[in-house]
Amino acid sequence: MYGSIAAIGAGLAVLGAGLGIGRIGGSAMDAIARQPEASGKITTTMIIAAALIEGVALFGVVVGLLGGAK
Amino acid sequence: MIASSKFKLLIFILLSLFTVNHSFANEHAVEGTNHQEEKEFNVGEMIMHHIKDAHEWHLWGGHDNSVSIYLPVIIFDGGMKTFSSSYFYHGKHKTVFDESKKEEVDYYEGVGPAEGYALFHEKIYKLEDGQIHLAGEHPHNEKVNDFSITKNVMSLFFGAILILLIMGSMAKFYKKNGAVSPKGVAKFLEPIVLMVRDDIAKSNIDKHKYHKYVPYLLTIFFFIWFNNLLGLVPFLPGGANLTGNISVTLFLAVCTLLVTVFSGNKNYWSHIFATPGVPVVLLPIMIPIEVVGILTKPFALMIRLFANITAGHIIILALISIIFINKNVAWGGLSVPMALFISVLELLVAFLQAFLFALLSALFIGAAVEEAHH
Amino acid sequence: MDLILPDFGLLFWTALVFICLLFVLTKFIWKPILSAVNEREQKIAESLELAEKTKEEMKALQAANENLLKEARAERDAIVKDAKETATKMVEEAKQAAKTEADKLMASARQAIETEKGAAIAELKTQVAAFSLEIAEKVVRGELSSNDKQKALAEKLAGDINLN
Repeated sequence: MYGSIAAIGAGLAVLGAGLGIGRIGGSAMDAIARQPEASGKITTTMIIAAALIEGVALFGVVVGLLGGAK
Repeated sequence: MIASSKFKLLIFILLSLFTVNHSFANEHAVEGTNHQEEKEFNVGEMIMHHIKDAHEWHLWGGHDNSVSIYLPVIIFDGGMKTFSSSYFYHGKHKTVFDESKKEEVDYYEGVGPAEGYALFHEKIYKLEDGQIHLAGEHPHNEKVNDFSITKNVMSLFFGAILILLIMGSMAKFYKKNGAVSPKGVAKFLEPIVLMVRDDIAKSNIDKHKYHKYVPYLLTIFFFIWFNNLLGLVPFLPGGANLTGNISVTLFLAVCTLLVTVFSGNKNYWSHIFATPGVPVVLLPIMIPIEVVGILTKPFALMIRLFANITAGHIIILALISIIFINKNVAWGGLSVPMALFISVLELLVAFLQAFLFALLSALFIGAAVEEAHH
Repeated sequence: MDLILPDFGLLFWTALVFICLLFVLTKFIWKPILSAVNEREQKIAESLELAEKTKEEMKALQAANENLLKEARAERDAIVKDAKETATKMVEEAKQAAKTEADKLMASARQAIETEKGAAIAELKTQVAAFSLEIAEKVVRGELSSNDKQKALAEKLAGDINLN
């Protein structure tokens, strides 16, 4: 039972992260389309931002997993 | 109940030191399979067994005809004791009844030099009255200081040797030929070394100070990358979940934390203890937030690497397990291409995580050594 | 739970291996690699700079060459012109000198001829005078050798005088 709830929690965390990273990726595409010469810098910034969001999502997943362990 | 246990978990996340009476190992990863099958093949247990550390290096086979390399056990219990782990694995198989889960749990009781110790879920405990006493899921027997050369430690050695060999041959090329255009290994690795130097160090750390941190960033990048790749190799030199082990990522994150803290300049500390532009009244709130901020950054590094690599291993193992759950080779037609796809994706993740760890380390160091520009 | 609890044995080994690796790599591997790469980059930058400089120098040299060539050409032209002028002048002078000499020679020749001529004429005159005298003497002697003759002559002369 706890496992299922935890799985839902992990799923929600992934959903949020997916939305966030998707937005970052989309915005980065826009930015690169507008300024192709700055693509290197934009890519690095995009990866950093995506990593930060991913980090939060992973907290969610780990907490979800721990919840599921009981 | 739920709330209090969640609260405990949060505290754990923040301090990562608490022991909570939960066991991740017995989680049933595939909830949908029926219980009869699960007894024969427990996916969750198999996966957990593979991603956790072990005192043996399992090569092939299962149960009675398994072939393993038994790694040396080094314990400190009133003096150093070393013996082969086969004294556990080929010792006495015993079971203990777990009251909290209402099921029998296996453990090994050591024989010969391992007399008086037991291996319970790959942890070594001292026997009390010749047996293991469970409190909840975990034994309340005394744990011994275990400095064994485990599977992960072996993998760590392999990784270090691999880095030294490959990077050594690259260095030798330059020593022999001087500053010429690279060939062979150097040709392949030089762009990566330059990427770490230029894209990671130079672009995130002050121009005049980045030289000092390049060796550290290079070491951390190649250490993580090579060990990630080694973890993806499914047979002997690889297969251990080293970079997906919290101890390893904890150490790496602590290294970055120490480098950041010790290279922090006046500007950095003034931003933490007297953030410019913040009214004095708010400082009692701001200072704890900033101080926690110092710790959460490397903490996120630790969790990110751990979770990414462990998740990769879990996904590949789970996909392969489809065959064994359904007990039909034909399912391999589905599971093998999917596992292959994830493996290829993991190659990218292996690189990306190493890159991210080094990049974020550089970013934190860069913020610590930045000079005030206002 | 075991999964996210650090294991002190592994932590110890990781720390040991990582610190050793960091030390060995920094000292024996990153240093030569980075210094070689830096050196090469510097070399490339220097070479590029040198190439640029050489190109510029070449350009300057070419311009200088062009100038030199132009100057040389101009000089040559001047020299040729000079030479031509000198030659013309010399020829002219020679001509002049020759002419003067010739004139002089002619004049002196003329003078000599004139003198000779004068002398010859004078001598001729003397001789003619002498011959005339002689002839006249002979004629006179012949005419005056007899009385008849002297008379005839006197008559004739007297006749001439009458005619006049």
